[in-house]
Amino acid sequence: MNEGAATSAREEILSRIRTALGDRPSPAPVARDYRVAGSVPADVEQFVDRLVDYRATVHRCGSDEPALRLKEILDARGVPRLVVPDGFPPAWLPAASLVTEPVSTETLDEVGAVLTTCALAVAETGTIVLDAGPGQGPRALTLVPDYHLCVVRADQVRAIVPDAVAELDPRAPLTWISGPSATSDIELRRVEGVHGPRTLDVLIVG
Amino acid sequence: MTFLGIPTASSTGHLRAPRTFPEAAHDALGNAQLRRNLGDATATIRAKRAGVVAELPDWEQLRAAGAAIKDETLAHLDEYLIQLEEQVTERGGVVHWARDADEANRTVVELVRAAGADEVVKVKSMATQEIALNEALADAGITALETDLAELIVQLGHDAPSHILVPAIHRNRSEIREIFLREMAGVDPALTDDPRALAEAARTYLRRKFLSAQVAISGANFAVAEAGTLCVFESEGNGRMCLTLPRTLITVMGIEKLVPTWRDLEVFLQTLPRSSTGERMNPYTSMWTGATEGQQFHLVLLDNGRTATLADPHGRSALRCIRCSACLNVCPVYERTGGHAYGSVYPGPIGAVLSPQLTGVEHNPTLPFASSLCGACFDACPVAIDIPSMLIHLRAQVVDAKREAHHTPTPEAAIMAAAAWTMNRPRWWARGLRAARLSRFVRRRRALPPPLSAWTASRDLPDPPRETLRDWWQREGGVQ
Amino acid sequence: MRIAVFATCLVDGLFADVGKATIALLRRLGHDVDLPLEQTCCGQMHVNTGYPREALPLVRRYVDTFARYDAVVAPSGSCTGAIRHQHAELAGAAGDATLAEAAREVASRTFELSEFLVDRLGVTDVGAYFPHRVTYHPTCHSLRLLRVGDRPYRLLRAVRGIELVELPSADACCGFGGTFALKNGEVSTAMLADKMRCILDTGAGVCAAGDASCLMHIGGGLSRLQAGVRTVHLAEILASTESSAA
Repeated sequence: MNEGAATSAREEILSRIRTALGDRPSPAPVARDYRVAGSVPADVEQFVDRLVDYRATVHRCGSDEPALRLKEILDARGVPRLVVPDGFPPAWLPAASLVTEPVSTETLDEVGAVLTTCALAVAETGTIVLDAGPGQGPRALTLVPDYHLCVVRADQVRAIVPDAVAELDPRAPLTWISGPSATSDIELRRVEGVHGPRTLDVLIVG
Repeated sequence: MTFLGIPTASSTGHLRAPRTFPEAAHDALGNAQLRRNLGDATATIRAKRAGVVAELPDWEQLRAAGAAIKDETLAHLDEYLIQLEEQVTERGGVVHWARDADEANRTVVELVRAAGADEVVKVKSMATQEIALNEALADAGITALETDLAELIVQLGHDAPSHILVPAIHRNRSEIREIFLREMAGVDPALTDDPRALAEAARTYLRRKFLSAQVAISGANFAVAEAGTLCVFESEGNGRMCLTLPRTLITVMGIEKLVPTWRDLEVFLQTLPRSSTGERMNPYTSMWTGATEGQQFHLVLLDNGRTATLADPHGRSALRCIRCSACLNVCPVYERTGGHAYGSVYPGPIGAVLSPQLTGVEHNPTLPFASSLCGACFDACPVAIDIPSMLIHLRAQVVDAKREAHHTPTPEAAIMAAAAWTMNRPRWWARGLRAARLSRFVRRRRALPPPLSAWTASRDLPDPPRETLRDWWQREGGVQ
Repeated sequence: MRIAVFATCLVDGLFADVGKATIALLRRLGHDVDLPLEQTCCGQMHVNTGYPREALPLVRRYVDTFARYDAVVAPSGSCTGAIRHQHAELAGAAGDATLAEAAREVASRTFELSEFLVDRLGVTDVGAYFPHRVTYHPTCHSLRLLRVGDRPYRLLRAVRGIELVELPSADACCGFGGTFALKNGEVSTAMLADKMRCILDTGAGVCAAGDASCLMHIGGGLSRLQAGVRTVHLAEILASTESSAA
């Protein structure tokens, strides 16, 4: 890259902008009179409803049961092996054949199943947010396998999107997941399961 | 620094129509299959959007906030871009600036070569469509593979996208099946036209590519100036594949796609999915800041006519556009002509505004007139762009450009001037109205000379009254 | 209250009955009505076709003609929309702040017919009688520029003898769009065809609307089809009584 050309493109664009704004527009301040963070109580039932609407499968259990419930879910799905990222709560680990990090993309593709926690969830949109925190792994972990099983604590469910934005760190690698991968590209009819996981199971704890 | 004067549109790429809109529309209107595909698809998406928008009690407040956030961004665009550049650079990314499509394409080609790749995977991106990046890569011997299902359909069909969100909206399932059977290497010959089977075929076809690609190219839905965070909203997971697996990620983004603060995204995370796919939330949204998880990250900031658009105080709010395509889906003109008639990667109402703005109206003189000004687009726009008013504003620019180009007024200008002259002289006006009643004698012929022939081709003329309203009033109307 | 009727150029020349009906209706409701003959056109055609400068004298003429009235009533959503949303801006853009202010002032006292009846006069039952099967097309500008909402329907529902049938896809544009109908005649015709199909599906013998321009378009299409459906302006229905029933 020619350094001189790059600098001049930058300078020229910035100069064009300053010229274009010669009339000094001063727009009105942003009125945040929409529902902001903290204005709505979180509703776990709504979260469940939205997930089901996206064709995700939802399971519930008490806070002392996750390991057992996870095992049941995996058995019912016929999943023999699965990837579990670092930092997944040891007490929740199901009695199954676990593949631990580091995992290559090829292994992810071959194993085809992954179990993670999440950063938080949004009830109104049925969204799970991952931020690469403990028990979540790098981004490819929840993408390449065909099956994603995600554990969400009930106290991680937030009411609306602003609640989630207020708590998340923008500099973390964030993935917002709302149901299994899907497309509406053919006649605008929604089809679940394209390149990401075709099956999303969610276990809500507590 | 040299003073450069008011920026004039100097865009290149896929923004100029080779034909006038009415000419291109003629072909589309005659295509029954296209009409049916579009009618079905837009009706489906309209109903879905209406449902999820009605769910939010604060939709109008979110809409107003979205507009205000983008206006704030545009009012200090230089400062926010510098802030974004600082943040991305601090986090290990490299920022490039491109004045036009050619410069952006040169930059991307060099980056791909530097990464030692001759093949790239692509996330659907309007900006790279706009600059005709795939063609530029091909010229440089680099294969670009579109990974979004609809873009893949378009690419395999040697076709052009016709919609911002669903580029293959003009194709139905059986047409797609035929394209796959004809063009997709290794496809199962027993492939059915079930959308599920078609999506599955695409999954199988692209999987190996994702796992082996060294370079990915994406656009961006938003970038957060204060944090340096980039966002891509998608559905299929092909975006996540491209954004996370290859070692090198190159993102091409129009300079207007910023928001000032992280908090601002709370608005668009709600309005964009509902406006575009009619979902509460799209399946996947990825956000990353700088070089992430060991990747190399390059951000290319694209002007390509945007500063010229910014220079017009009456036109700049078009730069609020978040490319949701809600205006296309409610537009009665788009619904009947489809995207190709607009001759630009930006079709529909926003395209009728944005394409002429980016190129200068002289290069797209018929697009601002490709609207009945019904106003459905304005109501649907999640950032409240007053598209009808902007179309009217651009129409005046087209007329002015013609005035400058011709020494003699066009026939239309002469008619308009004569009408205005008469309408400002009530006595002449009264005579003119009486004379108009002579149309009684042509009514049976149902054929008038141009330009009125465009009316009588499909519609009768009204039966003129025995006397005009003002003549009646003068005769007896004043009497209670 | 001194009421002036702004007939609009189309009504004045081609649809005089709509103007007469508007005047008759307001008089029947007990008001003094004037039709000042200095009026001509609101200038919308010029503005919307790209000739705002040519429209400026028409803005001035409108303001001069109607400034002295308490209210101006127009049987048109489209022209009322233009007066309210274009006049002051045109004057302002031409650097005439005085005219812009005057235009804003007169526009604030200019009403589309259904707005005036329901909001200003507070009536929905105007004592009309219209024994026909009617479907109503809400014109784009009345719907989306003026936001008249359900006012026309409330007025129509109160009409004695009427059978009001719902129009499918009612809020879809009929394809008129002023000079759009000429510049993009084929697209306009395709839109009109769909609108007419919806009208014919209702089985109504009358298609009503609040704009003579859209009615001219729809009526021209129905006439060409020889569909046996007439187009009637809202004002004409509301002006009809047992004694005048057509």
